[in-house]
Amino acid sequence: MSEIEIESRNLDLWYGSAQALKKISMAMPEKKVTAIIGPSGCGKSTFIRCINRMNDLVKGCRITGELLFEGADIYGNDMDAVELRKKIGMVFQKPNPFPMSIYDNIAYGPRVHGLRNKEELDRIVEESLKASALWDEVGDLLDQSAVDLSGGQQQRLCIARTLAVKPKVILFDEPCSALDPISTAKIEDLINMLKHDYTIVIVTHNMQQAARVSDHTAFFLLGELVEFGKTKQIFELPDKKSTEDYITGRFG
Amino acid sequence: MKTSERIIEILLFLSAATAVMVVALIIIFLLKEGIPVLAKVGVANFCLGMNWNPIAIAGEPSYGIFPMIVASFYVAIGSLIIAVPLGITCAVFLAEIAPSWARSILKHAIELLVGIPSVILGFIGLVLLVPFIRDHFGGWGFSILTGSIILAIMALPRIISISDDAIRSVPREYKEASLALGATHWHTIRKVILPSARSGIVAAVILAMATSIGETMAVVMVTGSPSILPDPIYDILDPVRPMTSNIVLEMSYATGDHASALFATGIVLFVVVAVLNIISHKALKSKMGTRR
Ligand SMILES: Nc1ncnc2c1ncn2[C@@H]1O[C@H](COP(=O)(O)OP(=O)(O)OP(=O)(O)O)[C@@H](O)[C@H]1O
Ligand SMILES: [Mg+2]
Repeated sequence: MSEIEIESRNLDLWYGSAQALKKISMAMPEKKVTAIIGPSGCGKSTFIRCINRMNDLVKGCRITGELLFEGADIYGNDMDAVELRKKIGMVFQKPNPFPMSIYDNIAYGPRVHGLRNKEELDRIVEESLKASALWDEVGDLLDQSAVDLSGGQQQRLCIARTLAVKPKVILFDEPCSALDPISTAKIEDLINMLKHDYTIVIVTHNMQQAARVSDHTAFFLLGELVEFGKTKQIFELPDKKSTEDYITGRFG
Repeated sequence: MKTSERIIEILLFLSAATAVMVVALIIIFLLKEGIPVLAKVGVANFCLGMNWNPIAIAGEPSYGIFPMIVASFYVAIGSLIIAVPLGITCAVFLAEIAPSWARSILKHAIELLVGIPSVILGFIGLVLLVPFIRDHFGGWGFSILTGSIILAIMALPRIISISDDAIRSVPREYKEASLALGATHWHTIRKVILPSARSGIVAAVILAMATSIGETMAVVMVTGSPSILPDPIYDILDPVRPMTSNIVLEMSYATGDHASALFATGIVLFVVVAVLNIISHKALKSKMGTRR
């Protein structure tokens, strides 16, 4: 069993007066893929957006309980959200490249963190594009606008952009829900490759996808964590009736 | 189709047609009155002539409005130099930083500013700003600088509210992407939000310029009236006569060619403002184009 990278303990979250997460406790191990599944509105996005403090942007969002990254409290007073996000990257549901060139998209993060050296930037851009299996397709088009790429390419570009910052953790929020099956397969292959170097948390609506890419699976329902365990066990021998119902498609 | 609907449609068409007709009639009238002088002295001589002497006591009158065109651009650009940095800063604050209560106070204040009639601003300029400039900077007080400041006050709310809209319409995904990469909010504003809102902001600025060039009352009260270029040309404390002032100052007693020359001034003004408006619309359109 590998080290625990992220751990939540009794995490509660309210949007205004509505409670969206209830006493979530789970531990996500290092360099493994943890999938979060559950019906729409059950708090999956809310939960992973806690991990990189994206919920800071939401007015009226209140959190109690503990959320630890490498043992440090993510919501502690001495945690700097900007520093945290360098270590915990995020890929969103809708591909969201900046309206800039492919090169500038990927160089954005390193530049944010003060890198100006052209050769170094070139190297990072190439490395990141190779790591996201996009180099062969766009290696010659680095000056082209990123918004001209196909949806699947845009999503891999967003992954490359995240890799360029050299995070330890990558959060994926339904990265394939806007993509066709072939692009989806490419992203899944990518995740399977990336898990050797990164801790990955992925939200997905697609059961097969969770089964294919993840080591652990968490099943959320109405803001609560119903079940968390090895993916194989969750899919083959779930403890809870509601998990089984969801996985077999009887509701949700 | 029911008759009542038919009638409503016809009424709608008629009111739309009336609006277009009115605009067309104004243009036709302007051209009819202004063209005689333009034909007589030539468009180039009229626009580039240095000498405005419509009621010559001895010799031929001359109709050159170049100093006034320069004056119009001077005060308009001057107002932008003051209002654009302030306006964009304020819009960024409103759209990105202000808590909602501060935002609503500011929004109301800006609406109030829009509602102030220009003659009141001109009057305030006349009794406060003109003496202030005269005492602290020198010159007559009536000057390019004074006009620019008053126009800047008028342009500010417009620049703020259009820029605010442009900034707020930047897709939230861009902002989230930037923050998720570990950029600070300030960096995100500078590198992602403002560039994405650029075309909207450019449109706001050009529109403000068009309005400034067309503004009359406030300008005529604070810029003075000599129809010559400032001397030296960069002396912003010199009084000038923008095109709008030219029309206001002389229309009450102009007759014949002189009156026609004032209409011709109006034509030039109209063309300049129309071109700026078109550019502003183009800037906004191009934003739609790249949005996808
Ligand atoms: N910014 C917000 N303000 C208020 N309530 C919110 C906000 N975001 C989400 N919620 C509410 O919190 C609950 C959980 O939402 P969340 O987006 O986390 O669900 P999800 O599991 O990601 O759903 P989906 O599968 O549809 O993406 C929902 O009831 C939603 O309405
Ligand atoms: Mg979601």
